[in-house]
Amino acid sequence: MELTLWTYEGPPHVGAMRIAASMEGVHYVLHAPQGDTYADLLFTMIERRDRRPPVTYTTFQARDLGGDTAELVKRSIQQAVDRFQPEALLVGESCTAELIQDQPGSLAGGMGLGLPVVSLELPAYSKKENWGAAETFYQLCRGLLRNQVPAPGADKPGPERWRAEGRRPRVNLLGPTLLGFRCRDDMRELRGLLADHGIDVNVVAPLGARPSDLMRLPQADANLCLYPEVAGPLCSWLERNFGTPVVRTVPIGIGATAQFLRELCSLLGLDPPELREADRRSRLPWYSKSVDSTYLTGKRVFIFADATHAIAAARIASRELGFTVVGLGSYSREQAREVRAAAKELGLEALISDDYLEVEQAMAQAAPELVLGTQMERHSAKRLGIPCAVISAPLHVQDVPARYAPQMGWEGANVIFDSWVHPLMMGLEEHLIGMFRHDFEFVDGHLSHLEGASAPTKQPVGDQPNEAPEVTPLSATPEGGALRWTASGEAELSRIPFFVRGKVRRNTEAYASERGVSEITEETLYEAKAHFSR
Amino acid sequence: MALTSTLPPVLRESGQREVFCGLTSIVWLHRRMPDAFFLVVGSRTCAHLIQSAAGVMIFAEPRFGTAILGERDLAGLADANEELDRVVGDLLARRPEIRTLFLVGSCPSEVIKLDLAKAAERINTRMQGQVRVVNYSGSGIETTFTQGEDGALPSLVPLLPSSAEPQLLIVGTLADGVEERSLSLFARMGLETVRPLPPRQSTALPPVGPGTRLLLAQPFVADTVRALERRGAQRIAAPYPLGVEGSCAWMAAAAAAFGLDPQRVAEVLDPLAERGRRALEPLRRKLEGKRLFLLPDSQLEIPLARFLHRECGMELVEVGTPYLDRQLMAEELPLLPEGTQLSEGQDVEKQLERVRASRPDLVVCGMGLANPLEAEGFATKWSIELVFSPIHGCDQAADLAELFARPLNRRELLQWN
Repeated sequence: MELTLWTYEGPPHVGAMRIAASMEGVHYVLHAPQGDTYADLLFTMIERRDRRPPVTYTTFQARDLGGDTAELVKRSIQQAVDRFQPEALLVGESCTAELIQDQPGSLAGGMGLGLPVVSLELPAYSKKENWGAAETFYQLCRGLLRNQVPAPGADKPGPERWRAEGRRPRVNLLGPTLLGFRCRDDMRELRGLLADHGIDVNVVAPLGARPSDLMRLPQADANLCLYPEVAGPLCSWLERNFGTPVVRTVPIGIGATAQFLRELCSLLGLDPPELREADRRSRLPWYSKSVDSTYLTGKRVFIFADATHAIAAARIASRELGFTVVGLGSYSREQAREVRAAAKELGLEALISDDYLEVEQAMAQAAPELVLGTQMERHSAKRLGIPCAVISAPLHVQDVPARYAPQMGWEGANVIFDSWVHPLMMGLEEHLIGMFRHDFEFVDGHLSHLEGASAPTKQPVGDQPNEAPEVTPLSATPEGGALRWTASGEAELSRIPFFVRGKVRRNTEAYASERGVSEITEETLYEAKAHFSR
Repeated sequence: MALTSTLPPVLRESGQREVFCGLTSIVWLHRRMPDAFFLVVGSRTCAHLIQSAAGVMIFAEPRFGTAILGERDLAGLADANEELDRVVGDLLARRPEIRTLFLVGSCPSEVIKLDLAKAAERINTRMQGQVRVVNYSGSGIETTFTQGEDGALPSLVPLLPSSAEPQLLIVGTLADGVEERSLSLFARMGLETVRPLPPRQSTALPPVGPGTRLLLAQPFVADTVRALERRGAQRIAAPYPLGVEGSCAWMAAAAAAFGLDPQRVAEVLDPLAERGRRALEPLRRKLEGKRLFLLPDSQLEIPLARFLHRECGMELVEVGTPYLDRQLMAEELPLLPEGTQLSEGQDVEKQLERVRASRPDLVVCGMGLANPLEAEGFATKWSIELVFSPIHGCDQAADLAELFARPLNRRELLQWN
């Protein structure tokens, strides 16, 4: 038994729903009580989907338990098949139904439905959402491809067979789902990227695919494992059984995209990609080299996300933006090894946890200037008064933007530069503040157009009633020892521009209490400044 | 009193129900009693449900959580009990400010027959009064959405002190502001001893006894009423305080039960009603003649339909309710217009077919259905907002109507050419 307040991942059947809802022509009959229908709103509200997920719930009640719930399952299956006429049917159960052991999968198998039926066994008491998605995707493909698996020992076609067949090479894009992070835009970006290199897309799945598309998976020359949380097990199975090689580099960021292209071209026997392609196609390299970005050097960044996005973010932050990664972690236990390796490269110990309080604590201890995280870290960072960009699921409705905003490929790198750097103050702006800080416009009462965008310490932001008020910095004094600002300290503090004053106050107080200084004078303020400046 | 013969037979359906389970009511109950903690004993699904229904992570450490059952807990109930004691011990050590701990049963805990009443007793003994532990079930195999509150409140009833003192007990959570307003209005009428259940502090429990008269703020508290009646309280028959008419009748019924001076009562209520109707007038113009379809969700559907028809002039296509409690609806049903089609329970696919066939102007539904219906061209109102917003009372009648007018206004505002 484990105490959970907020959770990064839902139960495994929600992962199965993500596969079903991402596809066309698939229906999922879920043996579950009525409360479990809440999961529909994840799709209709967070993703703003214009249709219900293709899920039929049996919604059994306590009074059904004495009777024949198996009959209810069969009725629900038959009605769903009649009404929705899917090309393939997924049948499974949620946590409660798992306990009553109706075996809905075998029931469906015995009904002679005349369509492929995949029985899902997703242990609700030991596994979670991403595992459920990966298992469902794998089981569905395995079920549909059962008759195509070559006999053991049969010749497996090589990734360069396209030449002999007189066509362009073609690949599968595997793993994008609803409720994943920017999957829809990533796929559009990758289609363009691949087209630029003369590579065709065989199948994109599960997002937008039909069961008949999955039947064509073995026709690809290579599989791109783009979201290993979802596509990892399937890619391995296809490699083992059909000999399809897998590119596992996830093209998020400049270096990773270039590496992805090199690997893919080399695998397919294509000419290596042009060295200057990144500079030509993305603005991130130049923006990062441009003088304004000097200011970004060494910014302390804390990263916590699913494994794919956490690893990618660490690489971009450390190598492509010149940040200092002060914390790296993930809730994806299945990919913990990869995250640990990435952390080790940066001289860090990875935090593998699904306890958001532990993550928040690590965040506070790391004292970052920027947090890259999930919806959960956005809230934690807000409480700690640290800027944050969301880089991974779990997400909220505002993380599903209307505009084209991929993470992968060259345009993805542009989007990442903007969305990570904008929460920070830009270099030119910082320079000007330093120059004009004693001007009267920066004195309280002359806030002009900047008013309202400032004053982080006083009151909660009025028009966002759902947000927690920010913590007043003074509460951070650890031993409860009272800190007093002397007149000279207050006077010096008041000369600091209002929009950085809160941070200076916080740093100075932290510095003072660390050293057991109880009176803060102007000298303390400057000592603290010297301490914190690098 | 049963004038319901003018209503056609209730359409009873059983099929897929698209309704939250009773755990969802924790979202407002924990805000009502800030010194209480709600610990669901359930699965990851339960935790995910509450988190998703609540919408965002509002609090660093919320006053609710889930003790997620693992495989080991399922293998042996003895272990599960030990584990639960451990989790509760850790929680209370971490949150010493908690005064009342609600152990909330879920679908899985009910199915494996984990005895939370025994667990509560055991932990109570161990805690020696530091915190009170009670239990109830919010499981989706037994309760829908708002019924969760009707599970939580009876768990407090045995703890209420006995008193024969005459008092009015308002049963069911009202928004704080609305409650304060009601108390001040009752005081103006000459009724001073008015207490709410649930109270704002879980330890400030109202007494109950033969002098207690119950006035129901919410239509989903049937079990709570029965538990209070067993303690000697008597229910005042009244419609629910939605809209001007319902709110005035609600207060008037209480006033009559206590034999207050009718003239003094009228002096308080008449100006309120007059002002409330004035505020409603522009909204009535917007809503009048518009056709309304209510899908079953919050259990507020019948009083809402009554308000939207009688005070806002809407036509009722179908009024769905998760379950029909004729006793608690006895004052509401006769106020529905002749021929109103009620439906109880749900077969969501068939009901959506009826929505499509009848082309209503506005559909009240849960969040899972709202965007899909909007995409089909229907204006919708999410019912969950009705349990989070201050909608009760004369002064809120216009706000309540505005919730339904806004989707229609919005459609008129948007233009694409």
